[in-house]
Amino acid sequence: MSGPFISLVMRDLKLASRSGGSAALALAFFALVATLVPLGVGANLNLLARIAGGVLWVGAVLAALLSLDRLYQGDFDDGSLDLIALSPLSLEQVALAKLLAHWFSTGLPLTLLSPLLALLFGLPGPGTWALFVSLLIGTPAVSAVGAIGASLTLSLKRGGLILPLIILPLLAPAVIFGAGAVTAALDHLSNGALGLLSAFAAAAVLLSPFAAAACVRLNLAG
Amino acid sequence: MFRYANPAVFMRLSGALLPWISGAAAILLAMGLWMGFRVPPDYQQGMTVTIMFVHVPAAIVAEVAYGAIAVASLFSLVWRHPLADTAARAAAPLGAVFTALGLVTGSLWGRPMWGAYWVWDARLTSFLLLLFLYLGYMALWNAIEDETRAARAAAILALVGAVNLPIIKFSVDWWNTLHQGESIVSGQIARVFMWPLAFMAFGYMALFAALWMVRIRTEIVNRRARSLIQRAG
Repeated sequence: MSGPFISLVMRDLKLASRSGGSAALALAFFALVATLVPLGVGANLNLLARIAGGVLWVGAVLAALLSLDRLYQGDFDDGSLDLIALSPLSLEQVALAKLLAHWFSTGLPLTLLSPLLALLFGLPGPGTWALFVSLLIGTPAVSAVGAIGASLTLSLKRGGLILPLIILPLLAPAVIFGAGAVTAALDHLSNGALGLLSAFAAAAVLLSPFAAAACVRLNLAG
Repeated sequence: MFRYANPAVFMRLSGALLPWISGAAAILLAMGLWMGFRVPPDYQQGMTVTIMFVHVPAAIVAEVAYGAIAVASLFSLVWRHPLADTAARAAAPLGAVFTALGLVTGSLWGRPMWGAYWVWDARLTSFLLLLFLYLGYMALWNAIEDETRAARAAAILALVGAVNLPIIKFSVDWWNTLHQGESIVSGQIARVFMWPLAFMAFGYMALFAALWMVRIRTEIVNRRARSLIQRAG
């Protein structure tokens, strides 16, 4: 399984990074959201440091959401998904490969960018570290839950509009635990948020390929 | 369970049951309201305690309805039960309305008691998220044209939501809690308040059951009409 699996991951990464891919766009979106918030709430660095965890987490979730349609939609439209389904990989493995590729091209870059944005928000060192770690742990869950939504809305002409409505309520725990970890670090407390976030991410990554494969199967059957 | 999968059998059975359930709902709600208006004022909440009689049952039914959707979706996905899709789809708007009712009555109670229509309390927030789950579920049903495909996609979403709902509840509880704790099962609630609440709760349940049945029956009749039109055309 390793050969086709890795080549599928590499293929998706290539598609994401070349022209028309949305990996860079998601990063730009993330940075722009982080720029607009201080314009809205004022330049008080104390206030900004306080809300940085929540704002950057919400921004990261929205940015990851933007690139979800790439996950299956393109392959479905041009027929490659039918060919991928014929490959030796099971659809569950395909879903896992696509999830990994989505995280490498979206979640990981967002995480790497976050310390820079945290700097703009005046987030102190421990807070920045907590934000970085929580995004590193939590963004796979965002990709995993997002993959379910992307595969559900696969056959829709305008799936992009309904996708956030389906996905965002399900991602509430990730935002709560992720931003909670940053707040706790600011207050020099330990509230176990990172542990809970890890549990949520592990469950999401583990279960998502099965749900996503079921959705892909039903959309290919028609 | 599968004997009632046949729409004709279901129509006959539900047709016989419906008047009784509707009647029970009307009587229970009338009794509950009458008793609810006669309770003494609570020593802390005053007369706003009566809001509880329309608020708590709505919240219970809102959760029961999501459970019903999840069970129906499981039946539809695993056993291809032909009525389960219809049942799940029919329950969603009802659940959404009861969720909204719970939120509205809760905020009306919150204004005099907490001093604000809305506070970011754990239970309020998780109910708001539940409302969004309902809306997303309904939107997915409406967005996919092919009916069997829509049914299966919605069923998968309902099950994903059912797995995630306890996690959402836990995370929101962890995040913030202001809502008073549960007092019904643990027996802390006073007798005078218990009786009207019980009547209202069963009344709401019966109302939900009756409306749900009507919606399923309507859908079956609609489907029949569509196939007749198709055959004629």
